Amino acid sequence: MAEQVLTDISALRTSPLAHLASALVQGAVSGERGVGLREIAFTTQIGLRAEPGSAAHAALSAAAGVQLPSAVGQVSGSADGTAVLWLGPDDFLVVAPEGSELLGPLVDALGDEPGQVVDLSANRTVIEVSGPSARAVLEKGCPADLHPRAFAAGTAITTVLGPVPVLLWKTEAETFRVLPRASFADYTARWLLDGMSEFASDPVD
Amino acid sequence: MMLIECPWCGPRNETEYGYGGEAHVAYPADPSALNDNEWAKFLFYRKNPKGLFAERWVHSAGCRRWFNAVRDTVTYEFKAVYKPGEPQPIKTTNAPAQGGTK
Repeated sequence: MAEQVLTDISALRTSPLAHLASALVQGAVSGERGVGLREIAFTTQIGLRAEPGSAAHAALSAAAGVQLPSAVGQVSGSADGTAVLWLGPDDFLVVAPEGSELLGPLVDALGDEPGQVVDLSANRTVIEVSGPSARAVLEKGCPADLHPRAFAAGTAITTVLGPVPVLLWKTEAETFRVLPRASFADYTARWLLDGMSEFASDPVD
Repeated sequence: MMLIECPWCGPRNETEYGYGGEAHVAYPADPSALNDNEWAKFLFYRKNPKGLFAERWVHSAGCRRWFNAVRDTVTYEFKAVYKPGEPQPIKTTNAPAQGGTK
């Protein structure tokens, strides 16, 4: 058997929006109508499936360190640390900073119980849209109600942005995280940059 | 634009949903006993009432779950939505069979 070579390959990785890095910086709008864009690359993402009330559900909650969310929009944990997003009644997504060692403990916690723990880290990238005009940009193509009374900070929903299926996660009052699949990241970022450009000029009365 | 109430996600735009046809079409108890005519009836023949109709919908851009809805085919108004297995809140001509609420 060939000897296993463990090499740190993190230097060779390319994030889905690496080629747009300078465009994201240049597209930022400052001022009271400001809005900016940045990619949060290489986050750890783990898909969890477990029926609420089951032993697997309880075990995964314990291993994740936060109670799994129980209703639409709910996010457990913190946006800067480990967060668990509600995708469906028995479907959850763990989002944690790069390099989090969560997969092993979660797999062990599930054991042979019915359920699923899958590493989805490369599935979606995270685009953060922030600024006073962030909601206005997203509302150009998102059919969900993004008004604060319906979509408060600390909630996340599965919806579409333009034609792209995304997870939309509001982390702060004027900060949204958009999680498109990696293959849609280029389109989504260009779509957002296009939507942001109008705020660079003065409003037309 | 029309808002459709997902039993899990609440009201969302109709563009997030997919249509699944008539609800409560029971799978034959013994499919191999059916002749071609009966099998074709199960596969392809659907009711097309004017008025209340029980239908299957899927929230494909949201929680990706299937659910049932009672819709008025004249006005397009959604009268009720209910999860699979739950009793039908409003009776329709294509109601679930006794003992089975698929």
